[in-house]
Amino acid sequence: MPSIRQTAYPDVLPDFRNLAVMARVLVGVNALALAGALYATPSLPAGLERFVYAAAFLEPLLLVELMVLFAATGVLARLPYWAGCAAVVALVSMLAALYHLGVRTVAADAVPSLGRTLALTLVAAGVLLAYFYLHTKAFSPALAEARLQALQARIRPHFLFNSLNAVLALIRRDPKRAERSLEDLADLFRTLMADARQFVRLADEIALLERYADIEQLRLGERLRITWELDASPSDALLPPMVLQPLLENAVYHGVEPGTGTGDVLVRIERRGDRVHASIENPHLEAGGQRAGNRMALDNIRERLALFFDAEARLETHIANGRYRVHIEIPYRRA
Amino acid sequence: MIRIFIADDETPARERLRELLQDIAAEVPSTVAGEARNGIEALERLPASGAQVLLLDIRMPGMDGLELARHLANLENAPAVVFVTAHDKHAIEAFELNALDYLLKPVRAARLAAALKKAAGAGAPRRESLARAAAAPREYLSVAERHRIVLVPVRDILFLRAEQKYVTVRTREREHLIEESLVALEREFCGPQATHPFVRIHRNCLVARAGIRGFERTGGGDEEAHWQVVLDGLAERLPVSRRQWPAVRELVADRP
Repeated sequence: MPSIRQTAYPDVLPDFRNLAVMARVLVGVNALALAGALYATPSLPAGLERFVYAAAFLEPLLLVELMVLFAATGVLARLPYWAGCAAVVALVSMLAALYHLGVRTVAADAVPSLGRTLALTLVAAGVLLAYFYLHTKAFSPALAEARLQALQARIRPHFLFNSLNAVLALIRRDPKRAERSLEDLADLFRTLMADARQFVRLADEIALLERYADIEQLRLGERLRITWELDASPSDALLPPMVLQPLLENAVYHGVEPGTGTGDVLVRIERRGDRVHASIENPHLEAGGQRAGNRMALDNIRERLALFFDAEARLETHIANGRYRVHIEIPYRRA
Repeated sequence: MIRIFIADDETPARERLRELLQDIAAEVPSTVAGEARNGIEALERLPASGAQVLLLDIRMPGMDGLELARHLANLENAPAVVFVTAHDKHAIEAFELNALDYLLKPVRAARLAAALKKAAGAGAPRRESLARAAAAPREYLSVAERHRIVLVPVRDILFLRAEQKYVTVRTREREHLIEESLVALEREFCGPQATHPFVRIHRNCLVARAGIRGFERTGGGDEEAHWQVVLDGLAERLPVSRRQWPAVRELVADRP
Protein backbone atom coordinates (compact mmCIF):
# COMPACT_ATOMS: atom_id res chain seq x y z
CA MET A 1 0.00 0.00 0.00
CA PRO A 2 1.44 3.39 -0.87
CA SER A 3 1.94 5.40 2.25
CA ILE A 4 1.25 9.10 2.46
CA ARG A 5 4.77 9.88 3.52
CA GLN A 6 6.26 8.06 0.61
CA THR A 7 8.83 10.39 -0.90
CA ALA A 8 10.96 8.09 -3.06
CA TYR A 9 9.82 8.39 -6.63
CA PRO A 10 11.26 6.09 -9.29
CA ASP A 11 13.50 7.67 -11.89
CA VAL A 12 12.06 8.27 -15.32
CA LEU A 13 13.64 9.02 -18.67
CA PRO A 14 13.02 12.48 -20.10
CA ASP A 15 10.08 12.79 -22.48
CA PHE A 16 11.80 13.12 -25.84
CA ARG A 17 8.61 14.46 -27.42
CA ASN A 18 8.82 17.55 -25.25
CA LEU A 19 10.15 20.61 -27.10
CA ALA A 20 11.98 21.87 -24.04
CA VAL A 21 13.75 18.53 -23.66
CA MET A 22 14.81 18.61 -27.31
CA ALA A 23 16.09 22.15 -26.91
CA ARG A 24 18.13 21.12 -23.88
CA VAL A 25 19.63 18.21 -25.83
CA LEU A 26 20.56 20.43 -28.79
CA VAL A 27 22.12 23.09 -26.63
CA GLY A 28 23.88 20.53 -24.43
CA VAL A 29 25.52 18.59 -27.26
CA ASN A 30 26.62 21.75 -29.07
CA ALA A 31 28.03 23.21 -25.88
CA LEU A 32 30.06 20.04 -25.37
CA ALA A 33 31.29 20.16 -28.96
CA LEU A 34 32.24 23.82 -28.57
CA ALA A 35 34.10 23.14 -25.34
CA GLY A 36 35.94 20.27 -27.01
CA ALA A 37 36.86 22.40 -30.02
CA LEU A 38 38.13 25.27 -27.87
CA TYR A 39 40.13 22.91 -25.73
CA ALA A 40 41.80 21.24 -28.72
CA THR A 41 42.90 24.43 -30.46
CA PRO A 42 45.40 27.14 -29.44
CA SER A 43 43.27 30.27 -30.15
CA LEU A 44 39.65 31.37 -30.00
CA PRO A 45 39.20 31.93 -33.80
CA ALA A 46 40.78 28.58 -34.49
CA GLY A 47 38.53 26.96 -31.93
CA LEU A 48 35.42 28.52 -33.43
CA GLU A 49 36.45 27.43 -36.89
CA ARG A 50 36.98 23.91 -35.61
CA PHE A 51 33.59 24.00 -33.96
CA VAL A 52 31.80 25.16 -37.12
CA TYR A 53 33.52 22.40 -39.00
CA ALA A 54 32.55 19.83 -36.39
CA ALA A 55 28.99 21.15 -36.23
CA ALA A 56 28.51 20.61 -39.94
CA PHE A 57 29.19 16.95 -39.28
CA LEU A 58 27.37 16.81 -35.96
CA GLU A 59 24.08 18.59 -36.56
CA PRO A 60 22.49 16.17 -39.06
CA LEU A 61 23.38 13.26 -36.78
CA LEU A 62 21.91 15.01 -33.77
CA LEU A 63 18.65 15.74 -35.59
CA VAL A 64 18.32 12.15 -36.76
CA GLU A 65 18.97 10.92 -33.23
CA LEU A 66 16.33 13.26 -31.82
CA MET A 67 13.83 12.02 -34.40
CA VAL A 68 14.51 8.41 -33.53
CA LEU A 69 14.23 9.13 -29.81
CA PHE A 70 11.01 11.04 -30.46
CA ALA A 71 9.58 7.97 -32.19
CA ALA A 72 10.93 5.54 -29.58
CA THR A 73 10.01 7.48 -26.46
CA GLY A 74 6.84 5.45 -25.91
CA VAL A 75 8.75 2.17 -25.92
CA LEU A 76 11.62 3.59 -23.87
CA ALA A 77 9.29 4.90 -21.18
CA ARG A 78 8.02 1.36 -20.58
CA LEU A 79 11.49 0.01 -19.79
CA PRO A 80 12.94 0.14 -16.27
CA TYR A 81 14.97 3.31 -15.82
CA TRP A 82 18.46 1.83 -16.12
CA ALA A 83 17.48 -0.38 -19.05
CA GLY A 84 15.99 2.72 -20.65
CA CYS A 85 19.24 4.62 -20.21
CA ALA A 86 21.21 1.72 -21.69
CA ALA A 87 18.78 1.56 -24.62
CA VAL A 88 19.16 5.31 -25.25
CA VAL A 89 22.95 5.06 -25.19
CA ALA A 90 22.93 1.98 -27.44
CA LEU A 91 20.51 3.64 -29.85
CA VAL A 92 22.47 6.86 -30.24
CA SER A 93 25.82 5.01 -30.47
CA MET A 94 24.44 2.79 -33.21
CA LEU A 95 23.08 5.78 -35.11
CA ALA A 96 26.40 7.58 -34.71
CA ALA A 97 28.31 4.60 -36.07
CA LEU A 98 25.97 4.18 -39.04
CA TYR A 99 26.09 7.90 -39.76
CA HIS A 100 29.86 7.89 -39.50
CA LEU A 101 30.20 5.01 -41.94
CA GLY A 102 27.67 6.61 -44.27
CA VAL A 103 29.45 9.96 -44.38
CA ARG A 104 32.82 8.28 -44.86
CA THR A 105 31.71 6.63 -48.06
CA VAL A 106 30.97 10.03 -49.66
CA ALA A 107 33.64 12.23 -48.02
CA ALA A 108 36.31 10.09 -46.46
CA ASP A 109 38.59 12.92 -45.34
CA ALA A 110 35.83 15.10 -43.91
CA VAL A 111 35.11 12.92 -40.89
CA PRO A 112 36.90 12.33 -37.63
CA SER A 113 37.82 8.79 -36.68
CA LEU A 114 35.04 6.37 -35.70
CA GLY A 115 36.46 6.18 -32.19
CA ARG A 116 36.20 9.93 -31.67
CA THR A 117 32.65 10.07 -32.99
CA LEU A 118 31.58 7.30 -30.63
CA ALA A 119 33.44 8.81 -27.70
CA LEU A 120 31.75 12.19 -28.13
CA THR A 121 28.38 10.47 -28.52
CA LEU A 122 28.86 8.47 -25.32
CA VAL A 123 30.07 11.47 -23.33
CA ALA A 124 27.19 13.63 -24.58
CA ALA A 125 24.59 10.93 -23.87
CA GLY A 126 26.01 10.33 -20.40
CA VAL A 127 26.20 13.99 -19.45
CA LEU A 128 22.68 14.72 -20.70
CA LEU A 129 21.11 11.70 -19.01
CA ALA A 130 22.80 12.70 -15.77
CA TYR A 131 21.53 16.23 -16.24
CA PHE A 132 17.91 15.10 -16.76
CA TYR A 133 18.22 12.73 -13.82
CA LEU A 134 19.26 15.57 -11.51
CA HIS A 135 16.70 17.92 -13.01
CA THR A 136 13.90 15.48 -12.14
CA LYS A 137 15.33 14.92 -8.67
CA ALA A 138 15.35 18.64 -8.06
CA PHE A 139 11.63 18.88 -8.86
CA SER A 140 10.32 15.68 -7.31
CA PRO A 141 9.93 17.01 -3.76
CA ALA A 142 7.06 18.99 -5.28
CA LEU A 143 5.18 15.73 -5.79
CA ALA A 144 5.48 14.60 -2.22
CA GLU A 145 4.58 18.08 -1.12
CA ALA A 146 1.56 18.15 -3.39
CA ARG A 147 0.08 15.10 -1.76
CA LEU A 148 0.75 16.41 1.67
CA GLN A 149 -0.66 19.80 0.84
CA ALA A 150 -3.67 18.38 -0.92
CA LEU A 151 -4.25 16.04 1.97
CA GLN A 152 -4.03 18.88 4.41
CA ALA A 153 -6.37 20.92 2.27
CA ARG A 154 -8.89 18.10 1.98
CA ILE A 155 -8.59 17.35 5.63
CA ARG A 156 -8.76 21.09 6.06
CA PRO A 157 -10.98 20.67 9.09
CA HIS A 158 -13.21 23.34 7.75
CA PHE A 159 -14.06 21.25 4.70
CA LEU A 160 -14.08 17.83 6.32
CA PHE A 161 -16.19 18.60 9.38
CA ASN A 162 -18.59 20.88 7.60
CA SER A 163 -19.12 18.23 4.90
CA LEU A 164 -19.70 15.53 7.49
CA ASN A 165 -22.08 17.84 9.28
CA ALA A 166 -24.00 18.48 6.06
CA VAL A 167 -24.26 14.75 5.39
CA LEU A 168 -25.53 14.18 8.94
CA ALA A 169 -28.24 16.72 8.29
CA LEU A 170 -29.25 14.79 5.18
CA ILE A 171 -29.42 11.30 6.61
CA ARG A 172 -32.99 11.51 7.89
CA ARG A 173 -34.48 13.70 5.21
CA ASP A 174 -32.81 12.31 2.10
CA PRO A 175 -30.90 9.09 2.86
CA LYS A 176 -30.15 8.45 -0.84
CA ARG A 177 -28.46 11.80 -1.28
CA ALA A 178 -26.57 11.27 1.98
CA GLU A 179 -25.25 7.96 0.68
CA ARG A 180 -24.11 9.57 -2.54
CA SER A 181 -22.34 12.35 -0.67
CA LEU A 182 -20.41 9.89 1.44
CA GLU A 183 -19.40 8.04 -1.73
CA ASP A 184 -18.24 11.33 -3.22
CA LEU A 185 -16.19 12.04 -0.13
CA ALA A 186 -14.66 8.56 -0.32
CA ASP A 187 -13.72 9.13 -3.96
CA LEU A 188 -12.09 12.44 -3.14
CA PHE A 189 -9.99 10.84 -0.45
CA ARG A 190 -9.10 7.89 -2.64
CA THR A 191 -7.71 10.16 -5.32
CA LEU A 192 -5.82 11.99 -2.70
CA MET A 193 -4.08 8.89 -1.46
CA ALA A 194 -3.39 7.73 -5.00
CA ASP A 195 -0.10 8.00 -6.79
CA ALA A 196 0.77 11.57 -7.74
CA ARG A 197 3.36 10.45 -10.29
CA GLN A 198 0.99 9.02 -12.84
CA PHE A 199 -0.80 11.01 -15.47
CA VAL A 200 -4.59 10.88 -15.23
CA ARG A 201 -7.18 11.22 -17.96
CA LEU A 202 -8.89 14.58 -18.13
CA ALA A 203 -12.27 12.81 -18.05
CA ASP A 204 -11.39 11.31 -14.65
CA GLU A 205 -10.17 14.62 -13.30
CA ILE A 206 -13.41 16.25 -14.43
CA ALA A 207 -15.44 13.51 -12.74
CA LEU A 208 -13.54 14.29 -9.56
CA LEU A 209 -14.29 17.99 -9.95
CA GLU A 210 -17.98 17.19 -10.22
CA ARG A 211 -17.95 15.01 -7.09
CA TYR A 212 -16.23 17.76 -5.18
CA ALA A 213 -18.69 20.32 -6.54
CA ASP A 214 -21.63 18.16 -5.42
CA ILE A 215 -20.38 18.13 -1.85
CA GLU A 216 -19.85 21.88 -1.80
CA GLN A 217 -23.24 22.40 -3.40
CA LEU A 218 -24.84 20.42 -0.61
CA ARG A 219 -23.24 22.67 1.96
CA LEU A 220 -23.61 26.00 0.24
CA GLY A 221 -26.84 25.50 -1.71
CA GLU A 222 -27.84 28.44 -3.87
CA ARG A 223 -24.83 30.46 -2.72
CA LEU A 224 -22.64 28.43 -5.06
CA ARG A 225 -23.38 28.50 -8.78
CA ILE A 226 -20.92 26.65 -10.98
CA THR A 227 -21.03 26.99 -14.75
CA TRP A 228 -19.31 24.20 -16.62
CA GLU A 229 -18.01 24.84 -20.13
CA LEU A 230 -16.63 21.47 -21.05
CA ASP A 231 -18.03 20.84 -24.54
CA ALA A 232 -14.66 21.30 -26.20
CA SER A 233 -12.70 19.49 -23.51
CA PRO A 234 -10.67 16.53 -24.80
CA SER A 235 -11.61 13.75 -22.41
CA ASP A 236 -8.62 11.63 -23.46
CA ALA A 237 -6.02 14.30 -22.64
CA LEU A 238 -3.47 13.45 -19.97
CA LEU A 239 -2.53 15.69 -17.08
CA PRO A 240 -0.94 15.36 -13.66
CA PRO A 241 -3.45 14.48 -10.93
CA MET A 242 -4.83 17.03 -8.48
CA VAL A 243 -4.18 20.03 -10.66
CA LEU A 244 -7.73 21.21 -11.27
CA GLN A 245 -9.47 20.18 -8.06
CA PRO A 246 -7.34 22.34 -5.73
CA LEU A 247 -8.04 25.29 -8.03
CA LEU A 248 -11.80 24.75 -7.79
CA GLU A 249 -11.47 24.36 -4.04
CA ASN A 250 -9.63 27.67 -3.81
CA ALA A 251 -12.30 29.32 -5.92
CA VAL A 252 -15.01 28.18 -3.50
CA TYR A 253 -13.00 28.87 -0.36
CA HIS A 254 -11.85 32.37 -1.30
CA GLY A 255 -14.44 33.47 -3.83
CA VAL A 256 -17.77 32.09 -2.65
CA GLU A 257 -17.80 31.26 1.05
CA PRO A 258 -16.77 34.70 2.33
CA GLY A 259 -19.51 36.36 0.24
CA THR A 260 -23.09 36.92 1.35
CA GLY A 261 -24.66 36.65 -2.09
CA THR A 262 -24.46 34.07 -4.85
CA GLY A 263 -20.95 33.28 -6.01
CA ASP A 264 -20.57 32.45 -9.69
CA VAL A 265 -17.75 30.07 -10.50
CA LEU A 266 -16.84 29.28 -14.07
CA VAL A 267 -14.95 26.15 -15.08
CA ARG A 268 -13.86 26.11 -18.71
CA ILE A 269 -11.72 23.40 -20.29
CA GLU A 270 -11.05 23.24 -23.99
CA ARG A 271 -8.59 22.06 -26.58
CA ARG A 272 -7.13 24.56 -29.03
CA GLY A 273 -4.90 22.82 -31.55
CA ASP A 274 -2.33 20.82 -29.66
CA ARG A 275 -2.84 22.72 -26.42
CA VAL A 276 -5.30 22.13 -23.61
CA HIS A 277 -6.57 25.24 -21.84
CA ALA A 278 -8.27 25.17 -18.45
CA SER A 279 -9.47 28.19 -16.56
CA ILE A 280 -11.34 28.63 -13.33
CA GLU A 281 -12.93 31.95 -12.41
CA ASN A 282 -14.47 33.18 -9.20
CA PRO A 283 -15.60 36.50 -7.73
CA HIS A 284 -12.66 38.43 -6.31
CA LEU A 285 -13.78 39.29 -2.79
CA GLU A 286 -12.12 41.83 -0.57
CA ALA A 287 -12.83 39.56 2.38
CA GLY A 288 -11.64 36.48 0.50
CA GLY A 289 -7.99 37.09 1.23
CA GLN A 290 -6.84 35.15 -1.83
CA ARG A 291 -3.30 35.29 -0.57
CA ALA A 292 -0.78 33.08 1.21
CA GLY A 293 -2.52 29.71 1.22
CA ASN A 294 -3.66 30.18 -2.34
CA ARG A 295 -0.23 31.16 -3.55
CA MET A 296 1.29 28.07 -1.96
CA ALA A 297 -1.13 25.82 -3.80
CA LEU A 298 -0.46 27.66 -7.06
CA ASP A 299 3.31 27.40 -6.65
CA ASN A 300 3.03 23.69 -6.07
CA ILE A 301 0.85 23.16 -9.13
CA ARG A 302 3.24 25.24 -11.20
CA GLU A 303 6.18 23.10 -10.04
CA ARG A 304 4.38 19.88 -10.82
CA LEU A 305 3.37 21.12 -14.27
CA ALA A 306 7.04 21.93 -14.89
CA LEU A 307 8.00 18.46 -13.75
CA PHE A 308 5.50 16.79 -16.09
CA PHE A 309 5.67 19.15 -19.07
CA ASP A 310 8.90 21.11 -18.58
CA ALA A 311 8.64 24.52 -20.23
CA GLU A 312 5.57 23.57 -22.28
CA ALA A 313 3.09 24.24 -19.48
CA ARG A 314 1.88 27.60 -18.21
CA LEU A 315 -0.08 28.78 -15.20
CA GLU A 316 -1.26 32.37 -14.90
CA THR A 317 -3.58 34.33 -12.66
CA HIS A 318 -5.49 37.49 -13.52
CA ILE A 319 -7.70 39.82 -11.57
CA ALA A 320 -10.05 41.86 -13.74
CA ASN A 321 -13.56 43.29 -13.38
CA GLY A 322 -13.96 41.88 -9.90
CA ARG A 323 -13.16 38.35 -11.07
CA TYR A 324 -10.20 36.21 -10.10
CA ARG A 325 -9.07 33.83 -12.82
CA VAL A 326 -6.52 31.02 -12.94
CA HIS A 327 -5.52 29.84 -16.37
CA ILE A 328 -3.56 26.67 -17.13
CA GLU A 329 -2.18 25.69 -20.50
CA ILE A 330 -0.61 22.28 -21.15
CA PRO A 331 0.34 20.35 -24.28
CA TYR A 332 -2.30 17.95 -25.54
CA ARG A 333 -1.12 14.38 -24.83
CA ARG A 334 -3.42 11.50 -25.40
CA ALA A 335 -3.88 8.42 -23.29
CA MET B 1 -38.80 26.34 27.31
CA ILE B 2 -35.58 27.88 26.14
CA ARG B 3 -35.89 30.27 23.23
CA ILE B 4 -33.05 29.57 20.84
CA PHE B 5 -31.67 31.51 17.90
CA ILE B 6 -29.52 29.76 15.28
CA ALA B 7 -26.98 31.68 13.21
CA ASP B 8 -25.08 29.66 10.60
CA ASP B 9 -24.40 30.34 6.93
CA GLU B 10 -24.90 26.72 5.85
CA THR B 11 -28.48 25.54 5.49
CA PRO B 12 -27.76 21.88 6.36
CA ALA B 13 -25.93 22.96 9.50
CA ARG B 14 -29.00 24.90 10.71
CA GLU B 15 -31.22 21.94 9.86
CA ARG B 16 -28.97 19.62 11.81
CA LEU B 17 -29.15 21.82 14.91
CA ARG B 18 -32.95 21.94 14.68
CA GLU B 19 -33.07 18.16 14.45
CA LEU B 20 -30.85 17.78 17.46
CA LEU B 21 -32.93 20.26 19.47
CA GLN B 22 -35.98 18.11 18.78
CA ASP B 23 -34.08 15.00 19.80
CA ILE B 24 -33.22 16.43 23.18
CA ALA B 25 -36.59 18.14 23.71
CA ALA B 26 -37.53 15.75 26.52
CA GLU B 27 -34.41 16.63 28.44
CA VAL B 28 -34.11 20.30 27.48
CA PRO B 29 -37.39 21.72 26.14
CA SER B 30 -36.69 24.44 23.63
CA THR B 31 -38.13 26.33 20.71
CA VAL B 32 -36.34 27.92 17.78
CA ALA B 33 -37.11 31.63 18.01
CA GLY B 34 -35.24 32.64 14.87
CA GLU B 35 -32.53 31.87 12.36
CA ALA B 36 -30.02 33.85 10.35
CA ARG B 37 -27.48 33.13 7.60
CA ASN B 38 -24.89 35.72 8.57
CA GLY B 39 -23.91 38.13 11.29
CA ILE B 40 -25.71 41.17 9.93
CA GLU B 41 -28.94 39.29 9.43
CA ALA B 42 -28.66 37.86 12.94
CA LEU B 43 -28.26 41.32 14.48
CA GLU B 44 -31.35 42.51 12.63
CA ARG B 45 -33.50 39.61 13.74
CA LEU B 46 -32.22 38.87 17.23
CA PRO B 47 -33.77 41.75 19.19
CA ALA B 48 -37.33 40.90 18.13
CA SER B 49 -36.85 37.16 18.64
CA GLY B 50 -36.55 37.31 22.41
CA ALA B 51 -33.99 34.53 22.21
CA GLN B 52 -32.28 33.44 25.43
CA VAL B 53 -29.55 31.38 23.83
CA LEU B 54 -27.75 32.03 20.57
CA LEU B 55 -26.12 29.10 18.77
CA LEU B 56 -23.52 30.94 16.76
CA ASP B 57 -21.31 29.72 13.92
CA ILE B 58 -17.93 31.44 13.82
CA ARG B 59 -17.09 31.49 10.13
CA MET B 60 -19.88 33.40 8.44
CA PRO B 61 -19.77 35.81 5.51
CA GLY B 62 -20.44 39.51 6.06
CA MET B 63 -19.74 39.46 9.78
CA ASP B 64 -18.24 36.54 11.64
CA GLY B 65 -19.63 35.06 14.82
CA LEU B 66 -17.09 36.58 17.16
CA GLU B 67 -17.77 40.10 16.00
CA LEU B 68 -21.51 39.52 16.15
CA ALA B 69 -21.19 38.40 19.76
CA ARG B 70 -19.34 41.60 20.59
CA HIS B 71 -22.20 43.75 19.30
CA LEU B 72 -24.76 41.88 21.39
CA ALA B 73 -23.61 43.66 24.52
CA ASN B 74 -25.65 46.63 23.30
CA LEU B 75 -28.90 44.72 23.54
CA GLU B 76 -31.11 44.72 26.57
CA ASN B 77 -31.67 41.07 27.49
CA ALA B 78 -28.81 39.93 25.30
CA PRO B 79 -28.86 36.16 24.85
CA ALA B 80 -26.23 33.79 26.17
CA VAL B 81 -23.90 32.64 23.40
CA VAL B 82 -22.76 29.13 22.53
CA PHE B 83 -20.27 29.19 19.67
CA VAL B 84 -20.43 26.36 17.15
CA THR B 85 -17.42 25.69 14.97
CA ALA B 86 -16.14 23.00 12.63
CA HIS B 87 -12.63 23.54 13.93
CA ASP B 88 -11.09 26.92 14.16
CA LYS B 89 -7.88 26.29 16.05
CA HIS B 90 -7.21 29.85 17.13
CA ALA B 91 -10.80 30.55 18.10
CA ILE B 92 -10.97 27.40 20.21
CA GLU B 93 -7.81 28.29 22.08
CA ALA B 94 -9.21 31.75 22.70
CA PHE B 95 -12.53 30.33 23.94
CA GLU B 96 -10.76 28.05 26.38
CA LEU B 97 -8.67 30.91 27.62
CA ASN B 98 -11.63 33.21 28.14
CA ALA B 99 -14.11 30.65 29.43
CA LEU B 100 -16.50 31.02 26.51
CA ASP B 101 -18.79 28.11 25.63
CA TYR B 102 -18.41 26.34 22.34
CA LEU B 103 -19.49 23.18 20.53
CA LEU B 104 -17.66 21.33 17.78
CA LYS B 105 -19.35 20.39 14.51
CA PRO B 106 -20.68 17.81 13.97
CA VAL B 107 -22.47 18.51 17.24
CA ARG B 108 -23.47 15.63 19.51
CA ALA B 109 -26.93 15.69 21.10
CA ALA B 110 -25.58 15.13 24.63
CA ARG B 111 -23.09 17.98 24.31
CA LEU B 112 -25.75 20.30 22.97
CA ALA B 113 -28.05 19.48 25.89
CA ALA B 114 -25.30 20.14 28.41
CA ALA B 115 -24.34 23.42 26.76
CA LEU B 116 -27.96 24.62 26.71
CA LYS B 117 -28.50 23.82 30.37
CA LYS B 118 -25.40 25.72 31.27
CA ALA B 119 -26.17 28.67 29.02
CA ALA B 120 -29.83 29.05 29.94
CA GLY B 121 -29.10 31.01 33.06
CA ALA B 122 -25.81 32.52 32.06
CA GLY B 123 -26.71 35.70 30.20
CA ALA B 124 -24.50 37.38 27.62
CA PRO B 125 -20.78 36.72 27.68
CA ARG B 126 -18.61 39.47 29.05
CA ARG B 127 -17.50 42.07 26.58
CA GLU B 128 -13.89 41.88 27.73
CA SER B 129 -13.67 38.12 27.30
CA LEU B 130 -15.00 38.44 23.76
CA ALA B 131 -12.62 41.27 22.93
CA ARG B 132 -9.71 39.16 24.11
CA ALA B 133 -10.91 36.11 22.19
CA ALA B 134 -11.33 38.00 18.93
CA ALA B 135 -8.26 37.79 16.71
CA ALA B 136 -9.11 40.78 14.54
CA PRO B 137 -10.50 44.25 15.14
CA ARG B 138 -14.21 44.69 14.46
CA GLU B 139 -15.45 45.78 11.05
CA TYR B 140 -18.30 47.74 12.68
CA LEU B 141 -19.01 49.69 15.81
CA SER B 142 -22.50 49.25 17.15
CA VAL B 143 -24.87 51.78 18.62
CA ALA B 144 -27.88 50.83 20.69
CA GLU B 145 -31.00 52.53 19.37
CA ARG B 146 -34.20 51.68 21.16
CA HIS B 147 -34.90 48.07 20.18
CA ARG B 148 -32.28 47.63 17.56
CA ILE B 149 -28.59 47.81 16.93
CA VAL B 150 -27.23 50.26 14.40
CA LEU B 151 -23.95 49.24 12.81
CA VAL B 152 -21.43 51.87 11.79
CA PRO B 153 -18.77 50.49 9.40
CA VAL B 154 -15.33 51.27 10.80
CA ARG B 155 -14.12 52.28 7.32
CA ASP B 156 -16.70 55.12 7.30
CA ILE B 157 -15.56 56.57 10.60
CA LEU B 158 -13.47 59.74 10.45
CA PHE B 159 -12.70 60.14 14.12
CA LEU B 160 -13.50 58.87 17.62
CA ARG B 161 -13.52 61.46 20.39
CA ALA B 162 -13.96 60.86 24.08
CA GLU B 163 -16.58 63.09 25.69
CA GLN B 164 -17.42 62.92 29.36
CA LYS B 165 -19.18 59.58 29.54
CA TYR B 166 -19.32 58.56 25.92
CA VAL B 167 -17.23 58.34 22.82
CA THR B 168 -18.43 60.29 19.79
CA VAL B 169 -18.22 58.34 16.55
CA ARG B 170 -18.05 60.77 13.61
CA THR B 171 -18.74 59.69 10.05
CA ARG B 172 -19.04 62.08 7.11
CA GLU B 173 -22.83 62.10 7.45
CA ARG B 174 -23.54 62.06 11.17
CA GLU B 175 -22.34 61.30 14.64
CA HIS B 176 -23.19 58.57 17.12
CA LEU B 177 -22.50 58.04 20.79
CA ILE B 178 -21.13 54.77 22.06
CA GLU B 179 -20.34 53.55 25.55
CA GLU B 180 -16.84 52.25 25.11
CA SER B 181 -13.52 53.39 26.42
CA LEU B 182 -11.18 55.26 24.11
CA VAL B 183 -8.26 53.28 25.52
CA ALA B 184 -9.85 49.98 24.47
CA LEU B 185 -10.73 51.45 21.07
CA GLU B 186 -7.17 52.61 20.63
CA ARG B 187 -5.89 49.13 21.46
CA GLU B 188 -8.23 47.66 18.87
CA PHE B 189 -7.94 50.13 15.99
CA CYS B 190 -4.47 51.65 16.23
CA GLY B 191 -2.64 48.32 16.19
CA PRO B 192 -0.88 46.69 13.27
CA GLN B 193 -3.83 44.31 12.67
CA ALA B 194 -6.31 47.07 11.90
CA THR B 195 -7.51 47.08 8.29
CA HIS B 196 -8.67 50.71 8.66
CA PRO B 197 -6.06 52.03 11.05
CA PHE B 198 -6.52 55.00 13.34
CA VAL B 199 -3.95 57.24 14.98
CA ARG B 200 -4.14 59.07 18.31
CA ILE B 201 -3.79 62.82 17.75
CA HIS B 202 -4.78 64.01 21.20
CA ARG B 203 -5.46 62.61 24.63
CA ASN B 204 -9.14 62.41 23.74
CA CYS B 205 -9.16 61.74 20.04
CA LEU B 206 -8.38 58.97 17.49
CA VAL B 207 -8.43 59.84 13.77
CA ALA B 208 -8.78 57.48 10.80
CA ARG B 209 -5.51 57.62 8.91
CA ALA B 210 -7.25 57.28 5.56
CA GLY B 211 -9.42 60.33 6.35
CA ILE B 212 -6.57 62.76 7.00
CA ARG B 213 -6.32 65.28 4.17
CA GLY B 214 -3.58 67.41 5.68
CA PHE B 215 -2.49 69.67 8.53
CA GLU B 216 -2.92 73.37 9.25
CA ARG B 217 -0.86 75.52 11.54
CA THR B 218 -2.79 77.95 13.71
CA GLY B 219 -2.23 80.38 16.50
CA GLY B 220 0.90 82.48 16.65
CA GLY B 221 1.20 85.81 18.47
CA ASP B 222 0.49 85.38 22.17
CA GLU B 223 -1.03 82.00 21.70
CA GLU B 224 1.33 79.13 21.17
CA ALA B 225 1.19 77.76 17.63
CA HIS B 226 -0.14 74.26 17.12
CA TRP B 227 -1.24 71.93 14.36
CA GLN B 228 -4.73 70.88 13.36
CA VAL B 229 -5.89 67.92 11.32
CA VAL B 230 -7.89 68.67 8.19
CA LEU B 231 -10.29 65.85 7.46
CA ASP B 232 -11.76 64.63 4.20
CA GLY B 233 -15.17 66.25 3.64
CA LEU B 234 -15.47 67.79 7.10
CA ALA B 235 -15.22 71.46 8.02
CA GLU B 236 -14.30 70.74 11.62
CA ARG B 237 -10.58 70.90 12.47
CA LEU B 238 -9.14 68.68 15.18
CA PRO B 239 -6.24 69.87 17.31
CA VAL B 240 -3.12 67.72 17.48
CA SER B 241 -1.51 67.80 20.88
CA ARG B 242 2.14 68.80 21.02
CA ARG B 243 2.98 65.47 22.52
CA GLN B 244 1.37 63.47 19.68
CA TRP B 245 2.54 65.68 16.82
CA PRO B 246 5.88 63.95 16.01
CA ALA B 247 4.26 60.49 15.95
CA VAL B 248 1.30 61.68 13.88
CA ARG B 249 3.51 63.41 11.33
CA GLU B 250 5.64 60.32 10.95
CA LEU B 251 2.72 57.93 10.56
CA VAL B 252 1.03 60.05 7.98
CA ALA B 253 4.27 60.65 6.10
CA ASP B 254 4.80 56.96 5.42
CA ARG B 255 1.19 56.39 4.45
CA PRO B 256 1.12 54.47 1.14
